[in-house]
Amino acid sequence: MSAPLNSADFTANAHRALGDAHLQQALHVSRDGFIAKRTKAVARLPEFEALRDAARDIKAHTLAHLDLYLEAYEAKVRACGGTVHYAATTETANAIVLDICRRHGAKSIAKGKSMIGEEMGLNAALEAQGITPVETDLGEYVIQIRHEMPSHIIAPAVHLTKDQIAADFHRIHKGLPPERDLTEPAALLTEARKILREKFLAADIGITGANFLIAETGTSIIVTNEGNGDLSQSLPKVHIVLASIEKLVPTLEDAGTLLRVLARSATGQDMSVYTTLSTGPRRAGDPDGPEEYHVILLDNGRTKMLGSDFAEMLRCIRCGACLNHCPVYQSIGGHAYGSIYPGPMGSVLTPGLFGLDHATDLPNASTLCGACESVCPVRIPLPKLLRQWRERAFARHLGPETQRLGLAFWGFFAKRPQLYGPAVRIAMRGLALLGGRGRFRGLPFANDWTASRDFPAPQGETFQAQFAARKKT
Amino acid sequence: MDVPHKPRIGLFVTCLVDLFRPSIGWAAVKLLEDAGCHVEVPVQTCCGQPAYNSGDRRLAKDLARPVIEAFAAYDYIVVPSGSCAGMLAKHYPALFADDEFAGRADAFAAKVYELSDFLVTVLKVSAIDAEFPRRVTFHDACSGLRELGIADQPRKLLGAVRGLDLVEMDDHTRCCGFGGTFAVKYGEISAAIVDEKAEAAEKRGAPVLLAGDLGCLMNIAGRLARRGSAIEVRHFAEVLAGMADTPAICLPRKR
Repeated sequence: MSAPLNSADFTANAHRALGDAHLQQALHVSRDGFIAKRTKAVARLPEFEALRDAARDIKAHTLAHLDLYLEAYEAKVRACGGTVHYAATTETANAIVLDICRRHGAKSIAKGKSMIGEEMGLNAALEAQGITPVETDLGEYVIQIRHEMPSHIIAPAVHLTKDQIAADFHRIHKGLPPERDLTEPAALLTEARKILREKFLAADIGITGANFLIAETGTSIIVTNEGNGDLSQSLPKVHIVLASIEKLVPTLEDAGTLLRVLARSATGQDMSVYTTLSTGPRRAGDPDGPEEYHVILLDNGRTKMLGSDFAEMLRCIRCGACLNHCPVYQSIGGHAYGSIYPGPMGSVLTPGLFGLDHATDLPNASTLCGACESVCPVRIPLPKLLRQWRERAFARHLGPETQRLGLAFWGFFAKRPQLYGPAVRIAMRGLALLGGRGRFRGLPFANDWTASRDFPAPQGETFQAQFAARKKT
Repeated sequence: MDVPHKPRIGLFVTCLVDLFRPSIGWAAVKLLEDAGCHVEVPVQTCCGQPAYNSGDRRLAKDLARPVIEAFAAYDYIVVPSGSCAGMLAKHYPALFADDEFAGRADAFAAKVYELSDFLVTVLKVSAIDAEFPRRVTFHDACSGLRELGIADQPRKLLGAVRGLDLVEMDDHTRCCGFGGTFAVKYGEISAAIVDEKAEAAEKRGAPVLLAGDLGCLMNIAGRLARRGSAIEVRHFAEVLAGMADTPAICLPRKR
């Protein structure tokens, strides 16, 4: 595990997030946009639900035969003149990148957005060797200059307002006139472009992620809206693709099906602005392209998940729709989860990749409202998987002991109707007597509720007692 | 299956209705009896959902088994809660999937209906003998909506109530933040989510908010009351049964 992880502090993180006015403003703006755009995009495509089924089936089939597709993919990449490296751990993956950098004497790296790079903690590994990674995706660039983790898997800086980003640009981009106007998002983009262009040209190596790897052709695909990925991979002499093993799909046509659900689910676009396919290094006669093409395939716990009850999670195509539609994510943002993978998908993936011990809160901190599953383009049963982690945590006594005792106490009575009936009758009559105003502003055993909500008083006699009385008359 | 002439209903009233708001149980009884059903209430405690969602599968099964046994003989099991009905209809089969009890759980689950779904889908009820001359807004509780597809059924029935004017609030399908034990385990986040529900309801300006799940209703009513809102919160069954003269949730009892 290289990625920074402080999921154990979830409750404190969430508390801080709820009190952060900038964050709350940013979350409100982005949420309404994401949801409205997806809704419209889906409405424009009558076969969207059928495409979700097809997308699910493609990923499920690939995962069921992943060994075969990995071998086929590797053979194709090699035939095209590229190199495939397998990395069981993030440490190995970083070592492979550093080795390539050393061979080329690289000092500067242009990086397209890559969650696998985040998972590897690649920037820190590069910097430790005196190599400068330059994030070329605007959002990634912003969080890089702020020394933050991404708070969303497709919109890493979504936790920030544009005013905050403008202030950062004024602080970091020293050579520019301090009085320049950065109030409009377009001005921010133009300024970042100008700064980043110079760095693209100076980069020795380009690193990108991959949305899909295609076994049939040995191709890697990235989708972006800024075009930064294209430059990151075509200008430098060496292109390294970082991908996890579940990114494989069998054919170009399969990738086409997945692309049709990806952007619609993610940003509500029919397609992202740029869909870039890379197949091996530059061939004789190609107008551009790298001299060397490497793919690093990261496992980092995924083969273990593949053989477990959590295999369905590996269908994920990282659209972020489950984050965008999650009431908990919408309230606290991504950083509170303490993992680069936040929200519902992150709450299943984080314990799978980094262990449950320090991430027990994540699967528990969900209302299980099911909004995530209802929008997932590959129909991952996220509530079911969250519940499975809860079962693992319960079996291992990882949650708070008080909650466990409370559950056991309640369970003792609930299993014994002859005790439960009279006990709740007395309790409800007592509460009703005390709660003549219809509600309680505070209750000794329900502080977590009454801190922010009144607690309704019961009407008095229980329904079962009343119904039994009616039957007698 | 064909609906029997006078179907025998086992009413699973839910623990929250049993304890906190029996008026919802009586409303369900009236609606079912008016529609020609024979209603019984076998001894019951809880469907086990709190245990199931807390990861205690064994306790959940221990609580589920007696429910399945107690209700096995009825033609239908009707539940005035989408969440508990979802537990009985969708999660009991999952709970016993690799268990010798699986057959009984599946047979039981096939007979479980949420109240409005049962009235509309099975009994084909279209006329409602009730009057409620007020503007109301409706919250779609999550489990009913996404596990059982409860959306049109209660609206259809409410539409048949004389004088009732149903208006939709923003994000009416968004979770209210209750989530069972979530509401106390993560009270602060739960409060932030329900606050948005309260805001949406206030913004819509309807004096009454209805929903089909008492857990959500207690959460929303509790937050509205704390905000000093005058919006009345109650279960839709009370309105359909013409029993909306009971004080709304969080309001004082009549003297």
